Amino acid sequence: MFDWTQQLADWFTYNLLGLVKGNHFADALNFFVFDTIKIFILLFFMSILMGIVNSYFPIEKVRYALQKRKWYGLDYFFASFFGTVTPFCSCSSVPLFIGFVQGGIPLGVTLTFLISSPLVDAVTVTLFLGLFGMKATLIYVISGIIISMVAGFILSKMKLEKLLTPWVQQLIENKAKANDEFKEEKTPLIKRLPFIFSEAMSIVKGVSIYIIIGVAIGGLMHGFIPINFFEEYISKDNPLAVPIAVLLGVPMYTNTAGILPIMEVLVQKGVPLGTTIAFSMAVVALSFPEAMLLKKVMTGKMLAIFFAVVTLCIIISGYIFNLIL
Amino acid sequence: MIEIKVLGPGCPKCKTTYSNVLEALKQSNIEANVVKVEDIEEMMKYNVLTTPVLMIDEQIKIKGRVAQVSEIVELLKK
Repeated sequence: MFDWTQQLADWFTYNLLGLVKGNHFADALNFFVFDTIKIFILLFFMSILMGIVNSYFPIEKVRYALQKRKWYGLDYFFASFFGTVTPFCSCSSVPLFIGFVQGGIPLGVTLTFLISSPLVDAVTVTLFLGLFGMKATLIYVISGIIISMVAGFILSKMKLEKLLTPWVQQLIENKAKANDEFKEEKTPLIKRLPFIFSEAMSIVKGVSIYIIIGVAIGGLMHGFIPINFFEEYISKDNPLAVPIAVLLGVPMYTNTAGILPIMEVLVQKGVPLGTTIAFSMAVVALSFPEAMLLKKVMTGKMLAIFFAVVTLCIIISGYIFNLIL
Repeated sequence: MIEIKVLGPGCPKCKTTYSNVLEALKQSNIEANVVKVEDIEEMMKYNVLTTPVLMIDEQIKIKGRVAQVSEIVELLKK
């Protein structure tokens, strides 16, 4: 599918600029051109696709569906699945959290949504697809859904309701008023498209600078770091590699668009893919600024439990990835 | 006078929305009372799930994304 991109990159570096193949700088530039074009195309189409799904299943509709029906445990899957297609801004996490629990949605299900929404987002998934291929992407998405379900379920069993901040507990007690009906928009797809298109453009525009910088650094490393350089330090046999990678990733609040192109090169130079996936998950799922925001609704103890459970789930999956990949 | 509210806990998207509102007012020569709602408890009174939210005269116009200057100008004309 991307043969033509490689040809274009080859033509640009070796023919147009007349650089010699095998030269470090030429190869780095070739890699940069190829990767950026590929990622931008993928990102644009993925954003459109997610935009279409999201315009038919806006967050209000998801909440309404979770409130109104009996799910017999399937609500965890539903919350997790729709978390993946809902665009997520960490500053929405608190209103979303309150809106869900106030609507009578169980705490565990709410937390599942809160984990899956940033964990499996369009930008991260697209970058995985472009940089690591289909297999790694499927593993990322499926395990992301499973992790958010398992973590939400475990947290629900811990009966954490009492550890919410008092004003949130009060809101839950007066939850009746949040039961307003969801009014569906009856706009045909063709009329929604221009809007979806401009949203997709703004997503691509928003992360473009990170992608360009990330791929540029990756390109330089690609040309200059010898193959298997990292194998000595971070190998699958090192039992501490996964927890260390995850614990490094948790407080980080970085754009995955910038960090994943660098990770791609690290994988080529010998860092295990499973460890890389676990690290990426830790970066996107949890962050220090998000903890600060959630402090408004969770007491310190609950916040610590929430972070600990999610971190643990990611570490365990990191080991599993390294076993199967 | 029109009252415009921007709801959001102070993330970059909310700040962009706020400055877009000011820009839209300047472009359309309309005077309005612009309020930034950053307190979450206050925000929850409007039953919003995603931020930023743009409200004109207590009505939610745009939520969950940054409102573009041209969009706000259009909304203000109505």
